[in-house]
Amino acid sequence: MEPRVLVPLVLLAAVAAVPLALPASTLLLTLALAKGLAVLGIVVLLRAGQVSFGHALYFAAGAYVVAFLARAQQGGSAVLLVFAGVMAALLVGLVVGLFVVRYRYIFFGMLNLAFSMVLYSILEKFFFITGGSDGLRVPRPTILGIAMDRFVYENTLFYVTLVLAVLAAWLVHRYFRSPLGEALRALKSNETRLEYVGLSARGVLLVAYVISAGLAGLGGVLLALVQGHVTPELSYWVRSGEFVFIAILGGAASVAGPFVGAIVYELVRAYASAFAADVWQMILGGFLLVIILFASRGLVGLYDDLGKRVAPNRAVTGRRRPT
Amino acid sequence: MTATPLLSVRDLHIHFGGIRAADGIDLDVFEGETLAIIGPNGAGKTTFINLCTGYLKPTSGSVRFQGRPIVGMAPRRITRGGIARSFQIPQLFLEHTALENLMLAASSRDRVLWPWLRLDTLPQRDEMRELLDLFGLLSVADKPIREMPEGVRKLIDIAVALALKPRLLLMDEPTSGVSSAEKVGIMDTLAHALAARRVTAVFVEHDMEIVERYARRIAVWSAGRILALGPPSQVMRDPEVLRNVTGV
Repeated sequence: MEPRVLVPLVLLAAVAAVPLALPASTLLLTLALAKGLAVLGIVVLLRAGQVSFGHALYFAAGAYVVAFLARAQQGGSAVLLVFAGVMAALLVGLVVGLFVVRYRYIFFGMLNLAFSMVLYSILEKFFFITGGSDGLRVPRPTILGIAMDRFVYENTLFYVTLVLAVLAAWLVHRYFRSPLGEALRALKSNETRLEYVGLSARGVLLVAYVISAGLAGLGGVLLALVQGHVTPELSYWVRSGEFVFIAILGGAASVAGPFVGAIVYELVRAYASAFAADVWQMILGGFLLVIILFASRGLVGLYDDLGKRVAPNRAVTGRRRPT
Repeated sequence: MTATPLLSVRDLHIHFGGIRAADGIDLDVFEGETLAIIGPNGAGKTTFINLCTGYLKPTSGSVRFQGRPIVGMAPRRITRGGIARSFQIPQLFLEHTALENLMLAASSRDRVLWPWLRLDTLPQRDEMRELLDLFGLLSVADKPIREMPEGVRKLIDIAVALALKPRLLLMDEPTSGVSSAEKVGIMDTLAHALAARRVTAVFVEHDMEIVERYARRIAVWSAGRILALGPPSQVMRDPEVLRNVTGV
């Protein structure tokens, strides 16, 4: 088996074995994968050269829809909660997207930030509905009709999140290679020509935006389910910045980058805050600086470069074109 | 040549401040013909192409394609309607290969954009490789545009426009950036491709030898107006054209 297939499979198997080998890290990894889904949404937009500093909006939208529905039903069904949360994020993404895809670069980034801060204010101020800064507790739902205790519930959610992350990564990978996905990459280099081959640049970006909102929403849904608590902080700009940070850390060139980045980020953050509580942000910042200076294509790009050194005629994760 | 024009422009005006880039243009382009637009720099030749393709909106006047008004339509709608264009400075997707540039045009033309399809395995692939082969570019099919010289980009820009299977192709200086020795060969290829596909063409050109050789009619632009219009044998002997444009 080729290294480009074998290495990701081994890594995936290692992640899947965590609940058995390191049960204390299961929750951490589930949260990392949930964030990875939101970061995958950022990577979709980066494909078009656009950075959103407001995707926490969709992360929080998904999470709060889960909280409201779960509270209304004293738990309810996890499948329905996931569906409802993602649909809500897609809908909000479509409405906001119709407006923001008219703008590019810093204006695009800042408008997204503004929308996310509007939601943050609503979640903070309407405390009689949203619980204010205390947030809302999310009652534990059933999974396929089965009520589970905390240990089984967390392990099940971990595997559900892992499967959804792999599925989402594969679907986004397929999308990137589709005509519409290639048009998204083309938008980055020449919008004028895109119009003159008969495609709407705004339409192409809107499709990507709604997909990215759905991914961020799915991440928020899973976080709400696993954490059992949502707060307005989920929509705060720092959270959006964290997604962009992880996208750069993991690398935006492949769909694996967001998940690799999110897992490394959560591990560094967990251990740095445990062993250096006062300077953990500085350690994270230093870590990102090293990545930008020495591996500008992120951790996955670094792995790709190492692969090229080992086997110079073949990129490890590079795409191969049919002749 | 049929009586009904494919493209019909009437009393077209556009002003940029005090500059009249189009000052009452009347022009009909007929099915199957090749029309050359000549004139000094700043005469409004590129502006005319921009007005006919939705890049600019005229101050007044009408542009009809196949009898339908197209003023105010978005460039993508005009393109889908059957007018394609190439640019003076090639407009391509720099990170994509030459073949991918053409494939994107073909997928847009045939509306095969579904996310479960793969651009590189669409059935249009063979057709696009043939088109590249026609221009002698098959050897660079899988090379990214950013690694290509300007002259090659120019040809790919025209190939992308042809990939759209237009009824009318507007080309802005198709041979600029190409060496003099290669110009005739490229225009021969282009003329052959246009005839085989029954594409009507309008091209802006400065090289009079090329114009006389390949155009059925010539429109001479000067200060946003058409100074002369007719077959090369007539236009190139017009004293006013000789004085103002060709510099004789």
